[in-house]
Amino acid sequence: MTTAPALRVEDLSVEFRTRSGIVRALENVSFSVGKGETIALVGESGSGKSVSAYAVMGILDPAGRVTNGRALMGDIDLLTASPRQLAEIRGRQIAMIFQNPRTALNPIRPVGRQIADVLIRHGKLPAREAALRAVDMLRAVGITDPGRRALAYPFEMSGGMCQRVMIAIALAARPSLLIADEPTTGLDVTTQAVIMDLIADLASELGMATIFITHDLALASQRATRIVVMHAGLVVENAPTQDLFAQPRHPYTAELIAATPDSATSLDELAAIPGSLPDLRRSDLPPCRYSERCPRKIGTCAQPLPQVAFGTEHVVACWNPIPAPVPLKRAIGAA
Amino acid sequence: MMTLIIKRAAMAVPSLIGVVIVTFLLTRMLPGDPAAYFAGPAATPQAIQEVRVKLGLDKPMIQQFGRYVVDLAHGNLGTSLTTGQSVVAELRTRLPASAELTLLGLLVSVAIAVPLGILAATRPNSLLDHACRIISTAGVSLPVFFTGLILIYVFYYLLGWAPAPLGRLDVFYTAPPQVTGFYLIDSLIAGDPETFTAALKQLILPALTLGVFSLAPIARMTRASMLAVLSSDFIRTARANGLSSWTVIITYAFRNAMLPVITTLGMVFSFLLGANVLVEKVFAWPGIGSYAVEALLASDFAPVQGFVLTMAVMYVVLNLMIDIVYGLIDPRVRVET
Amino acid sequence: MTEIAAARPRESPVAALFRHSRHVLTQNPVTAFAFGLFLLILLAAVFGPYIVPYDPLASDTTQALKPPNAQHWFGTDQLGRDVFSRVISATRLDFFIAVASVALVFLMGGLAGVAAGFFGGWTDRIVGRVADTIMAFPLFVLAMGIVAALGNTVQNIVLATAIVNFPLYARIARAEANVRRDAGFVEAARLSGNADWRILVGQILPNVLPILVVQMSLTMGYAILNAAGLSFIGLGVRPPTPEWGIMVAEGAAFMVSGQWWNAFFPGAALMVAVFCFNLLGDGLRDIVDPRRRT
Repeated sequence: MTTAPALRVEDLSVEFRTRSGIVRALENVSFSVGKGETIALVGESGSGKSVSAYAVMGILDPAGRVTNGRALMGDIDLLTASPRQLAEIRGRQIAMIFQNPRTALNPIRPVGRQIADVLIRHGKLPAREAALRAVDMLRAVGITDPGRRALAYPFEMSGGMCQRVMIAIALAARPSLLIADEPTTGLDVTTQAVIMDLIADLASELGMATIFITHDLALASQRATRIVVMHAGLVVENAPTQDLFAQPRHPYTAELIAATPDSATSLDELAAIPGSLPDLRRSDLPPCRYSERCPRKIGTCAQPLPQVAFGTEHVVACWNPIPAPVPLKRAIGAA
Repeated sequence: MMTLIIKRAAMAVPSLIGVVIVTFLLTRMLPGDPAAYFAGPAATPQAIQEVRVKLGLDKPMIQQFGRYVVDLAHGNLGTSLTTGQSVVAELRTRLPASAELTLLGLLVSVAIAVPLGILAATRPNSLLDHACRIISTAGVSLPVFFTGLILIYVFYYLLGWAPAPLGRLDVFYTAPPQVTGFYLIDSLIAGDPETFTAALKQLILPALTLGVFSLAPIARMTRASMLAVLSSDFIRTARANGLSSWTVIITYAFRNAMLPVITTLGMVFSFLLGANVLVEKVFAWPGIGSYAVEALLASDFAPVQGFVLTMAVMYVVLNLMIDIVYGLIDPRVRVET
Repeated sequence: MTEIAAARPRESPVAALFRHSRHVLTQNPVTAFAFGLFLLILLAAVFGPYIVPYDPLASDTTQALKPPNAQHWFGTDQLGRDVFSRVISATRLDFFIAVASVALVFLMGGLAGVAAGFFGGWTDRIVGRVADTIMAFPLFVLAMGIVAALGNTVQNIVLATAIVNFPLYARIARAEANVRRDAGFVEAARLSGNADWRILVGQILPNVLPILVVQMSLTMGYAILNAAGLSFIGLGVRPPTPEWGIMVAEGAAFMVSGQWWNAFFPGAALMVAVFCFNLLGDGLRDIVDPRRRT
């Protein structure tokens, strides 16, 4: 990359103190997003994708602690920045939207006010002007009759509309990076497509970088130019979308692709990924957390993981990556 | 909005009916002869018989109840034996004294308990949090009359800061001209700062006593509610959007957390109305509580009946108001059928 | 990886309860302290009157209103009676009131509640109406009314306390009975021919007990405060019976003029007892249902 990335995460490690022990939720996670680029963090539940985002945003649960790493935005390391610096950045330069949009909004505050709150905070606008701008934002995210809707409460709106409101709030201060954590989970399929289109349009309009966090590989493949695959708190593969699907190198990625339903195939061909996530509280966790259920496991897999590069853009953390070419069970068209 | 109020008011009606019935029963189901109670301990058998006829106690129950309800509708609660005054008139004169005291006590309580609860919730497991918990448990264990006495001992006897617990005003002062019956308000209206200060001084200790008494449930509920709200999704969104601490904790979290606290206020009022009686005795406060107690000790029954009825009606009305306030704050409630 | 847990010999539910309780007590010193205090109060209630240095009713006006000293640890009251002896002796009465009130409200409220939850229909509606009516009154005022109407006796104080707490117990019991109405063991009991009432008392009520036990501990504290409050305004126990509330009432006038010991020690005893029951209630809640901790 010749221009500085919008966000660069390096060796991020996070642990959680729980009643039953310390959970090593993230271990040396690294990835970056270029300006205006759209990437996806993909993995099953519990892989640490959301935790990475929360750590970067500084909204980890109080039981969580960042034990290592940096999250660089320009010159500033978000993980060690002062509260004052963070206050300028959060919501203004990085914004985040969440799944379950209805519970993610304040239930007893009109949505227009919630947008205005961000505008007043970051744009330093006076209240009346903020209220008007809020209506504009609602219009920009495609809500009809925005003047009336601005006075409505979240419980009076559908899930899709609430998600639009969240997007309006997130984009109100025109951030340079948007993190979207499972933004379409829980919405019906048509609404999903509409919301994803909306995000893509606004991103290109604002020149905004986007990180999609999702367990849906197909969704990621449609929207992101680069995919970062995570498993059990580790980044296992990081590649441009086309390369990833044309030539997955990590055994887990291959299983994920094989398990992704495609409208053209029947359910019989859906493969389940054998095994389950290891218990992250264990003190004897192997360096490769997939090794215990990996079909390609070899002796070296007990060693700390390497970063194997295939070309300049494609990196895998594996001792025994899949050699080329690999016959896939189906061809998945990449964007 | 109006529909909400009407609906809630309608729900209060069965409670009021129940209250009227129970107070009726309490006086008619007395062991022995109810007429004797109303006639008083010093009455001759003739006097008792006169009272019996006068109050219609020789008639069948249904008729008695009908007459009771009619009397109530006309605002007739009978006559006090000891003072000879109508019960309603006395209650009306004394009510502002109790109301002023209770409201001030509640204000003191909320002013201390709510910030304490918020602070304890935002600093879980800190020294402040533990202090809040201990104060809550201790507050619930202290008998309210004991607190009053201790406060008198420390602040009047030992330190001399507070005036003698002899009622609403020191003997040297006269009450301000009656507008609301609240001395604090009336003295300000009359432009009399000296009387205001004098009234305030007399109010401090009893209000503080009531405040300490109701501190615990409010602090506890505020803390628990804030803790729950602070870990909810929309607070995470607010934080992620970079809103200031004040906005997150007060505008977003507290307004939501307030809802269960408001419902708790209903329960707190119930305790306060009861504690009022005890505090009035300790501080010689001329309110309806002490009226009832004096009447009780003199075996003067009509005022006691009037007192119980009044307290219960006040309580039902207070709960109604709390319901309505809740509906004002929480828009989700307005929609439900 | 997963070790097979060492096989424990099958233990009875009572032993399991003991083990769990011991675990909670060692984990939570505050609860252990509350248990210890409770035992102390119980001992004072049972043995108190036998071991006190002076007769609680014996008056000696030459010794009136003496501050705490070597002969009278808590001083003497206006009739020369030893305050310490009176405070300890009063434990029995107050403790009795607490226990009796709680037992009565458990029977009344518990039975009514499980009946309402189990049978539903009219039973439920009637119990609900009664509870609502009681709750429409400020509780202490209602207690005042009941005792005023029925007379100043210990039995009436106990009855008034029980009535006033009835709605809470009925509600808790009803909710639990509702849940268990269709439980397996109930079906089994029915199939083996047990009458409904038998099932209620024999099966459901015992299951509701653990949850009510927490509330009962808290109610004990409330009962004592209630009785003390009633006595304070002259509606409770009559002098010269030693009871904490009356003692505070008698000593109140003297407190204003500096003789604090008269009212202070009974009041402090009240506070200690209620505090103990509240802590105990919290601790019991941890034993019975740790999820419900506040």
